[in-house]
Amino acid sequence: MPLEPVAQLLPAVVDLPFREGYVRSIIFVSLYVSVTAVTLSTLFSLPIAFVMGFTDFRGKQFVKSVINTGMGFPSVVVGLVVLFAVSNQGPLGALELIFTTEAMIMSQFVLATPPITAVSLAAITGVSDNVRDAAHVLGGTRLDVALVVVKEARYGIATAVLAGFGRAISEVGSVLIVGGNIVSSSGISKTRTLTTAIQLEARQGQYDTAMVLGAVLVALVLTVNAIVVRLGDEGVMQ
Amino acid sequence: MSIQRRQFIAAIGGGALAGIAGCSGTGGQAQSDNGSSAGVAGETLTLTTTTSTYDTGLLDAIHPDFEEMYGVTVDAVAQGTGAALESARNGDSDVVMVHARGLEDEFMRNGYGINRRDLMFNDFVIVGPESDPAGVQGMSSATEALTTIAEAEATFVSRGDNSGTHTKELNLWDAAGTDPGGDWYQETGTGMGEALNIANQQGAYTLSDRGTYISQRSEIDLVILVQGPIEGGPEILANPYGIMAVNPGVHDNANYDLAMAYIGWITSPGAQDAISNYQMNGEQLFFPEAVSENPDFQQYVPEGWSSDSGDE
Repeated sequence: MPLEPVAQLLPAVVDLPFREGYVRSIIFVSLYVSVTAVTLSTLFSLPIAFVMGFTDFRGKQFVKSVINTGMGFPSVVVGLVVLFAVSNQGPLGALELIFTTEAMIMSQFVLATPPITAVSLAAITGVSDNVRDAAHVLGGTRLDVALVVVKEARYGIATAVLAGFGRAISEVGSVLIVGGNIVSSSGISKTRTLTTAIQLEARQGQYDTAMVLGAVLVALVLTVNAIVVRLGDEGVMQ
Repeated sequence: MSIQRRQFIAAIGGGALAGIAGCSGTGGQAQSDNGSSAGVAGETLTLTTTTSTYDTGLLDAIHPDFEEMYGVTVDAVAQGTGAALESARNGDSDVVMVHARGLEDEFMRNGYGINRRDLMFNDFVIVGPESDPAGVQGMSSATEALTTIAEAEATFVSRGDNSGTHTKELNLWDAAGTDPGGDWYQETGTGMGEALNIANQQGAYTLSDRGTYISQRSEIDLVILVQGPIEGGPEILANPYGIMAVNPGVHDNANYDLAMAYIGWITSPGAQDAISNYQMNGEQLFFPEAVSENPDFQQYVPEGWSSDSGDE
């Protein structure tokens, strides 16, 4: 697990007033929720981006503007909507998802999907027509052309996924509402993420520890970005 | 790490099944690998409570005892009294621990809460800068102090978040016959810790529960200007905490058995001792009041309720 060494380094750098395993477990919950949500968002968004990038249909501009609007959804509002859905009184109430990581994944899915769709669509439509024509002229089928375009657009798609991940992992409003910021009494996080932990520290006026946790969050996002970029580079060499 | 990995696998399994669309209740299963054989073992009790009980660390300190006794997990969600009651009203929690009797009574009258007990108390204090620009130091009346602050238009930071402390503050203004407003009265909409910090930075007055103030005193310059009843101040600044189960007749998914087990445990002599032994910076934060030789029937019903008065 790649986060293990990162988490173990931490207490050596700063003396945090937390119990053993606490910081590690909130990093884990943050990553688990955001990575799952972004994976699901990507699986949902890419087909949409492909369809929109390769076909023309009535109302395409309208769908585009809906997606672009989605990028600006305030996370608190998304949290309230998901809360309404998963609350005992809501349509999904019987599933008892309130205050669980599943509910947090749902809200982050809603938040991450618009940026992933919009940025990958831009990447796909941005592939020059020359490339498409060349692939076509060389005898490629529709599928071959599509594969070439995807290969050309892979950096843009990686950026899209990172944009979605960045939005998901740095978001505090909705996960606080639907997750409840719960830590077990043994100090292991159940639904507390780095962002909600920062919010809790700030609420108590512990700005120092809040800053340290903020630095952890930034380091985590940097690490994930570096890994994704690295994967992209290896793809080039093959 | 191995425990976490197991949780991870369980969570991945659960998450993959649940996904986004066809979610099933996986929350309970993740905790089911518990060795205990009690009938409730592995269940989860959701407690919505106020920031003051949670942020002072009290719940983390006393919950392991209950969790061990029953082999269960307590999910404590710190929301502030208004939000904690709202979550319970929506059936999203099993038991509530809050500190605003008026709101608790309304909750009971509406049928959402049952089996209320007085749990513990501490008190509120009026804190402010040492320079005390309005001159309220040592006043024996909280309402008089607030009126003086209002007349001097000295900056006052209000929680403004429908929490128990905010409710108490509004009641105090009401009792003082003053309607606060103007540039000097700032509603922050934050938790107590943040409100104390804002007051600290602005050299402002604010109303705080004693527990949160003590837990933060080392980091701020605010001092207690009007004491609460624990230190001989006016009774109006008392801060009693109550606990209630969510009515399973209204929300049939509420874990009523476990909620009552929790209420039974936390009002027992053992847990009450643990509350009274809990200290921060060498000071006792909460004073238990559930164990008493004399009956106090008013703790079970909305304040002032009597079967004779035909109040319904």
